[in-house]
Order: sequence, then structure tokens, then C-alpha cells
Amino acid sequence: MEKIGKIAVIGDSESATAFLAIGAAVYKVDDEYKAADVLREISKTDEYAVILVTENYAAKMEPLMQKLKARPYPAVLSIPGSTGSNGFGMAGVKKDVEKAVGVDILFN
Amino acid sequence: MARLNVNPTRMELRRLKDRLKTAERGHKLLKDKSDEMVRQFLVLIKENKRLREEIEGEIAEALKAFALSSGAPLDVVQAISLPTLTASVTVGTKNVMGVDVPYMQTKRVGEVRLPYALCSAPAELDDAVLKLTALADKLLHLAEVEKTCNMLADEIEKNRRRVNALEYVMIPQLQETIKYIMMKLDENERASIVRLMKIKELEQ
Repeated sequence: MEKIGKIAVIGDSESATAFLAIGAAVYKVDDEYKAADVLREISKTDEYAVILVTENYAAKMEPLMQKLKARPYPAVLSIPGSTGSNGFGMAGVKKDVEKAVGVDILFN
Repeated sequence: MARLNVNPTRMELRRLKDRLKTAERGHKLLKDKSDEMVRQFLVLIKENKRLREEIEGEIAEALKAFALSSGAPLDVVQAISLPTLTASVTVGTKNVMGVDVPYMQTKRVGEVRLPYALCSAPAELDDAVLKLTALADKLLHLAEVEKTCNMLADEIEKNRRRVNALEYVMIPQLQETIKYIMMKLDENERASIVRLMKIKELEQ
């Protein structure tokens, strides 16, 4: 099953716009509700292989992110926005460790 | 542990013994699978953490540079809206311990070049664009690794539940029931021997 996938970015305009430069499809949104709508919409199609979501929105729509975790595609990834990282991405890694091993053995 | 609701017959006993054997075998296999998955998961999650730390720093830097450049009195969006490369990946799935995980290969169309005239944009924009372009590959790799970790973690959890269900519910239940049936059958046998002896006594 080899095919071509694209990259999408969802985020506030300051953070997301920059990704135009690497040829990603950019969705500028104003709040987490719109972000969730867009994410839901574009994850239905097979068009995008990777969807980058800025952390400030990703943190607020965790249930949806969790739901998308179960499928191989699209891979939804949270990235820090222009205001820097708020630790949400790392929290996800930590949660994975706790889920798999039972205790957090990486971060202490 | 509650025993199963079955008739204490020889046939049932044989059936249960077979089931116990299967359950024990399944338990051992699943436990081995769990061990191997955790081992692979740990390798991946360490890489995930390392990559994420790297990328979070670099993205923040690139975006800061971009934010600086957008203070310039011209339209930066316009400057970069016709990129020289299109970001696309060849996607497939690969199988890690029975879990289908994404597998991506970057495919670069076009070359790394600034998509605007140098004199028309601030230097910070150059910096931001070049940094982001360099980051693209790493981002995709992170997406792949992180997704794999997510899915493996899920699978490990599910698998652990299966192992525990077999170890603490299924196997004890079967053992208990087998023991119960054997006792019952032995008891029946003793009863019939005693009965025979009694009858013989009466005849004499």
C-alpha cells in the first residue's frame, strides 16, 4: 500500500503561515473549536499523511487527538507554536510510557 | 475463584483439560509477545523523546524568526506562498509485532531555494524558511516514530489485559473446575464400590 500523502498544518496564523514555505497545506484557525472542525474534516479524507497541530489548540482538543491515535493514518503531531512550547507534546510521550510500562521511566 | 457451571462428567473433564492446555499455551505466547513489544517500545520511545526535544527547540526558533520577519512592512505571506518544494511523503504501513504502523518516506519535489527575491524580504525570513525546510524531514520522522509509539502503547495495554485475564481468571477457573469434576467422579466411584460391597454382604 504505497501512495503519496501530503502534509497539513493547523494553527493560529502566526505559527501556521510559516509552514507555507515547506509546501504544506496551511489551515489558519482562530480558536480550538474551528481547529477541531478542520481536523475532523481533513482527517476523514486520505489526502494528508501528516497533520501538524500547534500545541495551544492540540491541548484543548485532546479527546479528538486520542481518537485519531488508533489509526495509522493520518499521523497527527502537535508542534510548538510561535509562542514556544507549553509541554503538551512531551506530556503525550510521557503518557505513552505510562500506558505501556505502567510507570514513567524516562522522565525522572 | 468461582468454578464453571458444567456437569461433572468424564467428557466434560476431557474437554476442560484441553481448554486448560490451550489457555496455558496462549498465556505463555502472549506474555512473550508483551515482553518483546515493551522492549521495542522502549527503543522507540527514547528516540521519540530525543527527536521531540530537538524539534521543539528548533521549531520555536524558526517560528520566532518568522514572527520577527512578519513585522516588516511587506507581505511575507505573499513572499512564501509559492514555495519551491511541495511537501509530500510516500506512505505505507509496516508491521511491528502485529501492529500496523505508518511508514513514511519523504519525497522531495523541487529544490531548496528561497521562493522570493532576496531584496524583497527581511533577512529573518530567509533564516526562518531555511530552518523550516531543514526541519521538514525530521518532522516527518518524528510523526512516524510518535505514531508508532502511540499504537504500540495501545497494543501493549490491550495485550496486558489479555495476559491478565488468562492468568488470573481463565486458568484458575479451569483448574478449579477440573479439580471439582475429578473429586466428584472419585466420589461416585467410591460410592459405587461401597454399594457393591453392601449388596454382597446382604447376599451372604
